[in-house]
Amino acid sequence: MSAVVLFLGRRLLFALLLVFVVSSGSLLLAHLAPGDYTSALSRPGVSPETVARERERLGLDRPLAEQYVAWLGRLVRFDLGTSFRYDRPVTELVGERAANTALLAAVALLLATGVGLPLGVISGSRRAGLLASTIRGVSIVGLSLPPLLTSILLALLAARTGWFPIGGMTSIGAAELSGAGRLADLSWHLVLPAAALALPIAATLERLLARSMTETLDEPFILAALARGISRRRVVWRHALRVAIRPVAGIYGIIVGSLLSGSFAVEIVASWPGLGQLMYEALISRDVHLVAGCAAIGSLFLACGNLLSDVGLTVADPRLRDE
Amino acid sequence: MTRIFGATLLTAAVLGVLGAPWLAPNSGDEQFRDHLYAPPMRVRVIDAEGAWHRPFVYRWRLVDRVMRTFEEDSSERLPLTWFAGGRLVGLGPDTGQPLVLLGGDSLGRDVLSRLLLGARTTLGVAVLAALGALLIGVVVGGIAGYAGGVVDEVLMRLADLVMVLPTIYVLLALRAALPLVLSTTAIFWLLVVLLAVVAWPFVARGVRAIVAAERRREYVLAAVALGAGPVRILLRHLLPATTGFLTVQVTLLVPAFILAEATLSYVGLGFAPPAASWGVMLQEASNIRAIADFPWLLSPAAAIIAVVLGVNLVTGAGVEGGSLGLVSALERRGRSS
Repeated sequence: MSAVVLFLGRRLLFALLLVFVVSSGSLLLAHLAPGDYTSALSRPGVSPETVARERERLGLDRPLAEQYVAWLGRLVRFDLGTSFRYDRPVTELVGERAANTALLAAVALLLATGVGLPLGVISGSRRAGLLASTIRGVSIVGLSLPPLLTSILLALLAARTGWFPIGGMTSIGAAELSGAGRLADLSWHLVLPAAALALPIAATLERLLARSMTETLDEPFILAALARGISRRRVVWRHALRVAIRPVAGIYGIIVGSLLSGSFAVEIVASWPGLGQLMYEALISRDVHLVAGCAAIGSLFLACGNLLSDVGLTVADPRLRDE
Repeated sequence: MTRIFGATLLTAAVLGVLGAPWLAPNSGDEQFRDHLYAPPMRVRVIDAEGAWHRPFVYRWRLVDRVMRTFEEDSSERLPLTWFAGGRLVGLGPDTGQPLVLLGGDSLGRDVLSRLLLGARTTLGVAVLAALGALLIGVVVGGIAGYAGGVVDEVLMRLADLVMVLPTIYVLLALRAALPLVLSTTAIFWLLVVLLAVVAWPFVARGVRAIVAAERRREYVLAAVALGAGPVRILLRHLLPATTGFLTVQVTLLVPAFILAEATLSYVGLGFAPPAASWGVMLQEASNIRAIADFPWLLSPAAAIIAVVLGVNLVTGAGVEGGSLGLVSALERRGRSS
């Protein structure tokens, strides 16, 4: 047991280091970029003194090292500074947006798992047949449909049919609805972005589980179970699935990463007010503290994903526990 | 069967890239003011009276300037001219008309020509970046696998760190740290370097695993006994063992990089508008009203899907199970268990 704790502890330390490296790296990068937040102010009619005063107020006139040390000092108190653009604490802003991204990603992950895994069992447990080859074909196409393009195509569908909203997270006037009404409105807005994000992941899970299933069904213990007269359906869904699911469980850590990249594209296309969109806005307007905050939360997401999949693997596979 | 279909898609893409300036009916930059949002021209062999002719098109006549609706002017046939003016097909210069087989975009440029020339940019970035990632990956992985010990540990921890970075955020931050306005050539090489730098660990991990395993084989010991130096052993004996793995990596990296270019250009951090790339062309598709009325603006999306699908079908990536990182991830799990 102590070995597991040690292993997970090491992963946790690595995760914290990662968050620190990514956030300070992106802070420095954003500082290195030509111009700063006040560049947009310098236009005819604004005196250089005003710009200089603004830079002084935001602390941008001080040397980079000094600004970085000040940022580090606040970081240890979990204070990520103040956004220039929104004039609000970064932690607050990033928290709201990260919750939106997490919602989108979680729904997409559930959808992908709910669709991909059962299909993988079906196509993996049948060598031939129309159903298995249809699933396989759909999956290969699904693998080739990145969220960026799918969300554009789905937005077109929404625009043509009017069945779904084209973008955004809530309808105008949704705030006046009752709790249930707001939830329905939110789910209605969630359908297309989540589907676009989930499609390639569902396809990946299907292909992976199908292959693992086929390999598992060749194992002697399957033959033994069948010889004892257990029904084929039960052997596939109870005996084989339990073994076949292991390599798939390991992939979830990586999937969290592709969810984050994919949700960036989806958020931009479907104007979903998430973390990716915020990061993009912050980069464009040189809102350095906000950039660092977004990057920190983004890497925290990934680190959590990896950690969860490590925990999952340790639980699922006793061999890892012995190590 | 599916493999042949995939190979056909890829061959079409390669031929399109190689022959782009000759295959494209127009220059791709030229703006035809009468053809803003003009629909694709239909190539016909039978005219309005039912008589047969060599392939020809009808002129587009603008019906509604605001709604951009066109109708065919069937009073005059415009025969296609072949092999004229250094292009495969076009309309004679005396017609004063561009041949727009995939329609016109918001500035009246020919979508087909831009698609062909954009393929050079997009696929060029993707392929060169994949080669760059292979190069870094092979060097780092080879050294780590051969040297072992502390060097191995340090290099692989570095690879781990790069691998778990939120890729898209890192790409965005790196790109945004550089001047936004750069020449197209500069952006091309910048994207190649950025993508290679983000993706090399996936290659390095695999190369390291293979080199570390092969290093203990008898034939390597024999080479050492014969007095071969480490460089020779790496280059002549160990790295050839990784070719299979590297081929698989290319087929995973190229589709991922095509998409990365598209995403970056789409949000305005990749190539900039006058240049033609699939991502830049996709920007036109960001206007939902425009694509609802002028669906041919989605052709870069179709091109990206066709190429990625082609790669997936040929390699059977779908069958073998894989998208970027998936294979390396499995391998990592395999190693740690």
